[in-house]
Amino acid sequence: MKRLLVGLAAVLLLAPTLAAAGTPLPQLKIENPGSCIAPVPEMRRNHMEMLKHTRDRTLRQGIRGEKASLNECINCHASKTTGSVLGPGGFCQECHAYAAVKPDCWDCHQPKAGNHQAVGVKP
Amino acid sequence: MSEDRIENKSRRSFVGAAAVAGIGVAALAPGLKLIEVAGAAQRAPGEPASSAVRWGMLIDTSKCASGCDACVKACALENGINETVTDARQGSQWIRKIDLKDPKTGQEHSLPMLCQHCEHPPCVDVCPTGASMKRADGIVLVDRHICIGCRYCMMACPYKARSLVHMPLTEQNPLVPRGQGCVEACTFCVHRVDRGQQPACVEACPEKAMLFGNLNDPNSEIAQRIAKEKTTQVRADLKLNLGVRYQGI
Ligand code: SF4
Ligand code: SF4
Repeated sequence: MKRLLVGLAAVLLLAPTLAAAGTPLPQLKIENPGSCIAPVPEMRRNHMEMLKHTRDRTLRQGIRGEKASLNECINCHASKTTGSVLGPGGFCQECHAYAAVKPDCWDCHQPKAGNHQAVGVKP
Repeated sequence: MSEDRIENKSRRSFVGAAAVAGIGVAALAPGLKLIEVAGAAQRAPGEPASSAVRWGMLIDTSKCASGCDACVKACALENGINETVTDARQGSQWIRKIDLKDPKTGQEHSLPMLCQHCEHPPCVDVCPTGASMKRADGIVLVDRHICIGCRYCMMACPYKARSLVHMPLTEQNPLVPRGQGCVEACTFCVHRVDRGQQPACVEACPEKAMLFGNLNDPNSEIAQRIAKEKTTQVRADLKLNLGVRYQGI
């Protein structure tokens, strides 16, 4: 965790210079524009908090069907061509790679399509 | 002053009456009913699990056929336990069939063994991270987000009910997230129970040897059978008040 934070801090400090020097910013394709559960800036900053609190309430209190849902993130944001949020240009991976944060949700969640439209495994 | 007291008393008795009436259906006004608390098998979305319910299972060993493992197979299918391990001891095991034989009398029993969903779970007591937890309705779970895989809980469990995932997994059921490095055990199919369904093993048993229900509801089939017939808690001497009872051993 500490290593992650240091890495993240380094990226955040370096990001403007790198960007100025030509490191391309993440290029995200919004597959379903305009229908997210909150405005883009809020989602960018707080999606992890939303998911964290939802996961705790779901697991510990048994509250189902909350607004923020990992399954719904995937259903909406998975690439229409690859069916995944990972891989080059993938909705989750593109930003997390830029920020040097490894999203490991998909090690456990959504590796198989089941009754969902999309998956969380690398295409 | 005295009027106050009288009013307070009547209010208190009203509250008491309402609490008693909560078990069953309380008619508040014509056509308006208090939700059946005890029978609250299915909660409204957004409503947390409540301690008005204590989920439990009754297993009739006289019906359970030796050699049958329909429950084990149904569990594996439902929960996506399909990984192949090189060392069999590393395989995940949420439910297993065990055969018992009394060497003196020669009497034999075959029964499914699973997490007993203890009311006072030793796994929760020893967990250093708080990952092992008990829901308000008695279902004992592992929060895999914070489990560090130390396996204290596996040592503390008297029923050998937990296992550790030793390798990366790839084919998990989306409703049952599982992953490497976490301890897991029977969840009573919590994702099904929350939708008002029965655990997969109960549904699959061809002999109808397993019965699932709310132990707190005196009208439920399981509570009535436990009240009428002699049932056993395995290692009852440990006083863990188990959610799983056996009949016939
Ligand atoms: S049977 Fe074992 S794993 Fe299940 S609640 Fe009891 S101590 Fe915990
Ligand atoms: S293995 Fe996980 S659930 Fe078990 S005691 Fe350790 S942290 Fe808790």
